[in-house]
Amino acid sequence: MDQKLQITVSPHIRSSVTTGGIMLDVVIALCPALVAAVLLFGARALYITAICVLTCVLSELIFERITKRTPTIGDLSAVVTGMLLAFNLPVSIPEWQAIVGSVVAIVVVKQLFGGIGHNFANPAITARIVLLLSFSQSMTNWTKPGGFSDGELVSSATPLAIAAEGTEKLPSLFDLALGRHAGCLGETCALALLIGGIYLLIRRVITWHTPVAFIGTVFVISFFAGGLSLETAFYQILSGGLMLGAFFMATDYATSPPTGWGKLLFGVGCGLITAAIRLWGTYPEGVSFAILLMNILTPYITKLCARKVLGAARAGKVQKT
Amino acid sequence: MRRLQGVRVPHLKSTAGSAPANMTNLDVAIYPMVQHIGAPAEAVRQKGDAVCVGTLLARASGPVSSPIYSGVSGTVEKIEEVLSSSGKYVPAIFIKPDGAMTPDPGLALPKVSDTQSFVQAVRDSGVVGLGGAGFPTGVKLDVQDLSRIQEIIINGAECEPYITSDTRTMLDRSQDMLEGIRLLQKYLGAKKIVIGVEKNKPQCIRAMKQIAGSAGAVVVKELPSIYPQGAEKVLIYHTTGKVVPEGGLPIDVGVIVLNCTTLATIARYIRTGMPLVEKCITVDGSAVEKPQNVIVPIGATLRAVFAFCGGFKSQPGKILYGGPMMGISVPDLDMPVLKQTNALLALDARDAAPVDATNCIRCGRCTNICPIGLAPVSIATAYGSGDMEGLQKIHANLCMECGCCSYVCPAKRPLVQQNKLAKAALAAWQKSKK
Repeated sequence: MDQKLQITVSPHIRSSVTTGGIMLDVVIALCPALVAAVLLFGARALYITAICVLTCVLSELIFERITKRTPTIGDLSAVVTGMLLAFNLPVSIPEWQAIVGSVVAIVVVKQLFGGIGHNFANPAITARIVLLLSFSQSMTNWTKPGGFSDGELVSSATPLAIAAEGTEKLPSLFDLALGRHAGCLGETCALALLIGGIYLLIRRVITWHTPVAFIGTVFVISFFAGGLSLETAFYQILSGGLMLGAFFMATDYATSPPTGWGKLLFGVGCGLITAAIRLWGTYPEGVSFAILLMNILTPYITKLCARKVLGAARAGKVQKT
Repeated sequence: MRRLQGVRVPHLKSTAGSAPANMTNLDVAIYPMVQHIGAPAEAVRQKGDAVCVGTLLARASGPVSSPIYSGVSGTVEKIEEVLSSSGKYVPAIFIKPDGAMTPDPGLALPKVSDTQSFVQAVRDSGVVGLGGAGFPTGVKLDVQDLSRIQEIIINGAECEPYITSDTRTMLDRSQDMLEGIRLLQKYLGAKKIVIGVEKNKPQCIRAMKQIAGSAGAVVVKELPSIYPQGAEKVLIYHTTGKVVPEGGLPIDVGVIVLNCTTLATIARYIRTGMPLVEKCITVDGSAVEKPQNVIVPIGATLRAVFAFCGGFKSQPGKILYGGPMMGISVPDLDMPVLKQTNALLALDARDAAPVDATNCIRCGRCTNICPIGLAPVSIATAYGSGDMEGLQKIHANLCMECGCCSYVCPAKRPLVQQNKLAKAALAAWQKSKK
């Protein structure tokens, strides 16, 4: 008898892409925005991000220990969730609230539904909404960039709130792109997020469909709603959580449709809801709600936008040979 | 015309420049009665019978079957059941070679004068789909109404990594192929012949263009280097734009597909009277000392073939019949080279290291690259919950097991395996419903 030979079903080679590799790419893609956050809001931005990441990883580990599942923290998905959640929080958020949010994201939204791939809603988005509804005050206590590092908290309104209420002077488009305005710690620097998004596109972690459809829809609606104003349109796509949402959260695999057409439809839906909330709703910002609502519609879009099967017989009329 | 999806697999065709060496010295030759799709062949020799190269060992046992000929001269040692690569035990004729490789003196040129005698000659040649499928070629060419044939496609895609045996056919045996094309034109009235070759083989494309120039109505179609160009449905679509309907055969859209080595082997039989007794195979993989192409008598054991190629440079972890995308892993080295074997690969422990499947992250890669447009994740879900109607609705039966979905899966899930199980369950359910 020979030495033991392995018997497995084909194929016998696999691509080098792994779940951990994909998540690592997302972490890398989030780094420019993290650097921007630290530059804009000071070291506390890094501190809050670290708290969220640590809490996410630990709660995943502990939950999997308790439920006797294989530990999955090595796939880095909890790190991604932690970073995304932190990016969706104001820099002034109390630590314990950031911890509560992280536990909600990992335990309630992700693990209770079966862990990675089984959650129907984006953990970071859902946790952000839970925090927003539970701790409305601290979740909307915006800080002016550069206003925290000297120990003095200078609060300010977000551009979308200013646009809605007209209380302060609007920051310029240039300041918007660089992130020099109030907002969640990781969402303000559109430029850094765009760099990360392009990295994900180049690495083929995401496709263009969702971000283009999402941002494009908001752009077009704002253009018309603003009285054919290109400035308003650019203003809308550069502010709030749109860039972060469109590139990093609406593209979440488990909670968005797999096919190109499905992603387009998903992106357009996100854009419509975002624009509607921003323009006509009571909340100044609607990206999180838009993504969460579209997450719920994902199974239907997936079904609707299934690929055409080559040579398939018409439904119910399977040919017999 | 949109292009069908697929994956960019590594080519690894380092043996393409290796003109095949001849291997003639065997200790034993083994001929399982199943080396084709269809009914097992029926042994016509007994223990102690003397046989020569080309002597009939077993005859076709039904309309869909194929005869088997000896690849060596020697004596029938025994007839015994052996484990086949499908996991079933099948009877096999063992021959003790005398080392002389004497051709059978009784071999005669087949008499070919019309379509019927041509098809009969192809049946008698023992040729089956040499690309790996093993469907008896005589059965495929037995088209009652010749006017149904609009195009014959010659498959020179050779899309599997490592394998270069078809490459060698196109380079070394293009004259056999040309003869074969003329036979198809003469006896099957083929109006149009298309030779499909992947772009990563420019030498083959040149050789094929040359023979296309010498025969009328032959075109060479350059195919993208995206696996699986050689899969029948993909090849037909990319060469003719035609779509084979569900449950149908290529001939239903006026097409016949023949592998290039199949074609060359038919031509040689009709010219020389020597049936299918040897195969050019690619011996490669990280554990092989001297990767190369070898012309091997059918029936040679894998052990002998690997020994001919210098043995192993490291302990092999996995041995494959065929390429890494669709090849079959074998339990031991005493299995023989079969008619449809086009490559033997020995992967070292590192290449054969098992991968652990983790949760599906629903990234959609499998769904987006499936050449047929299937959703492997949905198939796995429907199969897992026993939803046979669901499987039927999403056309799980159309999966051709090309391996793309498993290849791209970042969670390393065994999608092809699930598809195979789902197809079998669906077929059984459909049968029980009838």
